[in-house]
Amino acid sequence: MELERTFDQWQERLADLGFASVQAWKAQHPGARVIGYFPVYAPAEIIHAAGMLPVGLSGGGDRLDIQHADARFGSFICSIIKTTLEMGLRDHLKVFDGILFSSICDSARNLCFVMKRNFPDLYTDFLHLPHNPSSTASVDFLASEYRRLIQELERIGGRAVTETSLQNAIALYNHNRQLIRSLYALRAQKPHVLRAWESYVLVRAGNLMPVEEHNALLEESLEQLAQRPGKPRDSIRVVVEGAFCEQPPLDLIKLVEDAGCYLVDDDFVIGRSWFTDDVPVDADPVHALAESYVNRAVYSSVRHDFRAPRWEGLAEKVKQSRADAVLFLIAKFCEPAYFDYVLFKKKLEEIGVPHLLLEFEEKQFTFDRVRTEVETFVESLVFD
Amino acid sequence: MPEVKQTEYRGSIHQRQKELMLKWYERLNEAAETGTPPTASLMISGNCVELLEAFGAVPIYPEVNALQLAIRHQSLEPILAAEEIGYAPDNCAYVKADIGCYLKGITPTGGKLPKPDLVLCNFVGCNTYVKWFEHTAVLTGSKLYVLDVPFLCEDEPTQAAIDYVVRQLKELVTLLENITGKKFDYDRFTEAVRCSAEVEELWSQIKHLARRSPSPFDAYFDAITLMGPLYVYRATQEGVEFFRAALEEMWAKVASGQGVYDQEKFRLVIEGPPPYPYFRTFRDMFAKWKACAVASTYSTVGGLWEFGARHDPDHPFESVALHMLSQNVTNRNYLQRYEQIKRYIEEWNADGLIIHFVKSCRLFSAGQGDMRDYVTKTLGVPTLYIESDLEDPRYFAEAQTRNRIDAFFETLEHSKLTAKAV
Repeated sequence: MELERTFDQWQERLADLGFASVQAWKAQHPGARVIGYFPVYAPAEIIHAAGMLPVGLSGGGDRLDIQHADARFGSFICSIIKTTLEMGLRDHLKVFDGILFSSICDSARNLCFVMKRNFPDLYTDFLHLPHNPSSTASVDFLASEYRRLIQELERIGGRAVTETSLQNAIALYNHNRQLIRSLYALRAQKPHVLRAWESYVLVRAGNLMPVEEHNALLEESLEQLAQRPGKPRDSIRVVVEGAFCEQPPLDLIKLVEDAGCYLVDDDFVIGRSWFTDDVPVDADPVHALAESYVNRAVYSSVRHDFRAPRWEGLAEKVKQSRADAVLFLIAKFCEPAYFDYVLFKKKLEEIGVPHLLLEFEEKQFTFDRVRTEVETFVESLVFD
Repeated sequence: MPEVKQTEYRGSIHQRQKELMLKWYERLNEAAETGTPPTASLMISGNCVELLEAFGAVPIYPEVNALQLAIRHQSLEPILAAEEIGYAPDNCAYVKADIGCYLKGITPTGGKLPKPDLVLCNFVGCNTYVKWFEHTAVLTGSKLYVLDVPFLCEDEPTQAAIDYVVRQLKELVTLLENITGKKFDYDRFTEAVRCSAEVEELWSQIKHLARRSPSPFDAYFDAITLMGPLYVYRATQEGVEFFRAALEEMWAKVASGQGVYDQEKFRLVIEGPPPYPYFRTFRDMFAKWKACAVASTYSTVGGLWEFGARHDPDHPFESVALHMLSQNVTNRNYLQRYEQIKRYIEEWNADGLIIHFVKSCRLFSAGQGDMRDYVTKTLGVPTLYIESDLEDPRYFAEAQTRNRIDAFFETLEHSKLTAKAV
């Protein structure tokens, strides 16, 4: 399929509140279960190995009017918490048999249990992803947490997770992450050939389809991109940081690019490229997944590893992508991102990298002020 | 409209708690000046202070420092200082006050606070804790240890979770041996655990006295007064003696039929931390209606003991782990909090629930609208939902809060009268 049509088609599917592509999968696989997961990361390999479809949730985007969830979550709470609950209260999540949450922030944690009360028929679970990677006990604990998840998935109608099925799933997802890394490498190298919003759509599409199909989509796209012409623009090279959970409107990403930025790296939908390297396909795949979370994960504001601080990770990312600046794109009321901003900013100032902070909400329609801010920032760098 | 009446609890334990807290700050000052005793920063909720006690190390509680500042109307200056270096208006104001104090050299008593020998983050549910202590470690250059406590998804912790915490506690012993240069004293640790168990028993008995009518104390505002010694002295004999005296004093009140007011008109459960910058003003809004809190979730941040859990000197490591995992309100899941409130309403015989949403604390506040839906619709109990902050004075709308509280009690009074008439 022509690349432009792929982007347009997936742009539309990502905004679809009815999860039509997931409904279609379920219709083709009678009796099979669908498990959603709230950002940022979930071990999708385990869900796949149980014969289920893992679906990454990304909030309600800009097409959902909140009628009920505001009253349940009140002021000062980010949008994705409310739109996720709203989708449930408005029956948009009927296609799901279960939803997983993890220890990313306090609001998401409480949402898990609010969902549990409001949707008693839905399997709702909470994974504790460890915050003390320096302890030798954390891999064992996470492996036991994953084994508990396997039991739960088997209980709600998943097929038995065998070593082989999990090893196969790990290999498929390793390949998926390699393809995403290739896509990002291409973008960093030739940002005029692949725009950030296009790459974003391609990667996020994986949230809504089986990994095998996503691999095929990425392979086909990479092939076509190798032939795609592109005209370099007069833009500065920018790393985006802070949009790891709630996702900015697509129009905002486009606007930043149009205002004179090449987005050479970012943390959009970062759960899809969570590991810096392949998860070993070895004899104990549960252990391999747990050990990879502890020792092989990308830096993220929702993962705490003082052995390799996140601010050092950002500095390295800036260096690797030869970026001129960092754009903090932070969802309104996202406390992990706000906290990390302070230490990220401190580090960037130490190494002399300019930065700009922009707040967004998934449902946002006016961008005039943001456009002016980005344009001014770009000009200040170009004419400095 | 009833007359405004200012209230403050003035028993001898009130004076004693002030002395104890001052003594604690003096020890911290001594540590700052001489380097001994060793100190460790840690969080109030679900902590393992017994392990520090075994090494003679003194805890530094940044939360206590922050609330002390707020109650003395001194929190805004450090909050603004933190915002100047990049903290957002929507970051937890406890953190901002603490960081701002560090930047500006402000302390609650004017004495010195030591650079902690260890920044010990007991991560129990509150994600802000981890960020906060990472920042503290970066700013002070102190060693950081994050003791990761798995969140309680089900009613009880799994054996894997208990093993995980125990293994980390044992790693911490080695770390503390290195930091303090002292060998781990197992007997002293067991004794600290025994003291905690005794304090918990006494504190639980005090809380159960609030089931009587009138309640001899306010289980929100007065409980907060008792919480300082509870956190700092839990694992010590001084703590045991303080709470023994407190229980005796409360029993004396019960014996003489003395309540918080001359007449106890309303019995409440209160959910959420208080607005410390307007603590007195807020309390008086309830005093005006002779409304007494008989139970509160905030007073279980340090530990949830009124339902029977205790530290156990026969299994010291395991019981410290269990305390961290399941016996404090912050590491328990949200639906367990609903159940806790339900028990308070039923067993402490309350007329209504006050929900205080604090913008700083999403752990407490995210989802309180759903909690209200449950308490109002499923339990059929009147609720009042108000919003402000626990540390930042800019978010307290006094007139609006007062109006809402007045309206709530007017309605409650009316429904009590009509119920009587029927």
